[in-house]
Amino acid sequence: MRAVITVVGKDAVGILAKVSTICAEHNANVIEVTQSVLQDMFAMIMLVDISGLSCELKELSKLMEQMGAAQGLSIHVMHEDIFNSMHRI
Amino acid sequence: MLNVTDILETIRMIQDENLDIRTVTMGISLLSCCDSDIDRSCEKVYHKITSCAKDLVKVGEDLEAEFGIPIINKRIAVTPIAMLLAASGGDPVQYALTLDRAAKAVGVNFIGGFSALVHKGFSAGDKALIQAIPEALAKTDRVCSSVNVGSTKSGINMDAVREMGQVIRRCSEITADRQCVAASKLVVFCNAPEDNPFMAGAFHGPGMPDCVINVGVSGPGVVRAALHSAPDGLNITEVAELIKKTAFKITRMGQLIGTQAAQRLGIPFGIVDLSLAPTPAVGDSVAHILEEIGLEQCGACGTTACLAMLNDAVKKGGVMASSSVGGLSGAFIPVSEDAGMIDAARAGTLCIEKLEAMTAVCSVGLDMIAVPGDTPAEVLSAIIADEAAIGMVNSKTTAVRLIPAVGLKEGEELEFGGLFGTAPIMKVNTASPAKFISRGGLIPAPLQSLKN
Repeated sequence: MRAVITVVGKDAVGILAKVSTICAEHNANVIEVTQSVLQDMFAMIMLVDISGLSCELKELSKLMEQMGAAQGLSIHVMHEDIFNSMHRI
Repeated sequence: MLNVTDILETIRMIQDENLDIRTVTMGISLLSCCDSDIDRSCEKVYHKITSCAKDLVKVGEDLEAEFGIPIINKRIAVTPIAMLLAASGGDPVQYALTLDRAAKAVGVNFIGGFSALVHKGFSAGDKALIQAIPEALAKTDRVCSSVNVGSTKSGINMDAVREMGQVIRRCSEITADRQCVAASKLVVFCNAPEDNPFMAGAFHGPGMPDCVINVGVSGPGVVRAALHSAPDGLNITEVAELIKKTAFKITRMGQLIGTQAAQRLGIPFGIVDLSLAPTPAVGDSVAHILEEIGLEQCGACGTTACLAMLNDAVKKGGVMASSSVGGLSGAFIPVSEDAGMIDAARAGTLCIEKLEAMTAVCSVGLDMIAVPGDTPAEVLSAIIADEAAIGMVNSKTTAVRLIPAVGLKEGEELEFGGLFGTAPIMKVNTASPAKFISRGGLIPAPLQSLKN
């Protein structure tokens, strides 16, 4: 099972570190990261393996959202299937 | 890895364009609850609903959190109560109160099925149930009612049509102090689908399995946004193509959530209803899609053609996205629930006659329309008859949900709030159809019914 974490917001030091720390704390294995900075807007998409997750996916999602809100970032954690089903036949 | 543009598109649809799953509706058969004693029957009904649907809301909330897509409503549809009433007799309102109690116990916001199917005539229980609809809807908060008065196969039951005009009036009168809310929870159908997940017309047809999950998607905002960001010079074929692709994506969400919900609840997945269901929220309007296609305002000449194309494109895109499509499937045009329709009705661009024409090419009928409080019952009946005739002849579902605004006149407004929105009171042609309505009888089934 995999989930997609998206982070959008103003670029700042340590965003990737903060997100991956939360992942590590909950045993979510980061598989792939794509990121880009356009002007000063930061957009990162991270694919994580959640089969060994030590908490419920919705808890992880909540933690990320809270952390994001505190940093002025918009962070979403969504099950990979929603993207697969919408964009793949 | 997934394409970055695809991921951001999905997130934008949910965040900015109001993409959501409008409803996950559990259909529950109550045929096993029939009993000759109404108290025992009601007890069985309560028990069956609260045991089948005990996890419905929780599963819905879990899916929301996991997949990150809002599921606006969790609802229940049950076997038409007139069938249970046929066996038990007694006061139909008792069933309504039981349904209301069960809905509150499991936390769903509506329960549909205080219904009767009378398209060919009344059987035991039907008349008593229809008579009790106003009281049942006035005394409950979450119960919805529907009556099927016609079908392509059987014609139109004009006795029931006459009766329903009076019932709608009574619904409004006894809830006149509450914005006539009872009338907004009552739908009169022709060709009612057995698996419709949308309220107020949802019920669980007698041909359905014991328990099933049906899903209604939404997404007028997504379609509008796709058209808005498209290049200016698209011809209408290209517009239809764009709508089709967007509808595909929207429907895939419904299919995913429906199969997941069914799997987690351990019951079969029924259908995805491919409907564009508007809400009064800004940017979630079907009228605005029509305006985006190129009408100054919904209701202008050309509205019917645009809506026909929209409705068809939504179905074509949706049908491949889902393993099983059903319910109403098409574009909804409820006046009070659609910001663009509200504006058009206020401006006088959109009139009931135009809406009637629109219902010939989209999924439902005259929906959530407030009419002047002094509109006589026979005029309401005649509007129902007209709509039923459109449905009967075109082999499609049509429905009427009118709200006579007691004490108010054309130009004033009813304010329901929430998903039901605001209903500007529309002008009705009051030349009297009284003699036609008083005749009663059946309009015979049309030639279209003889397909064998």
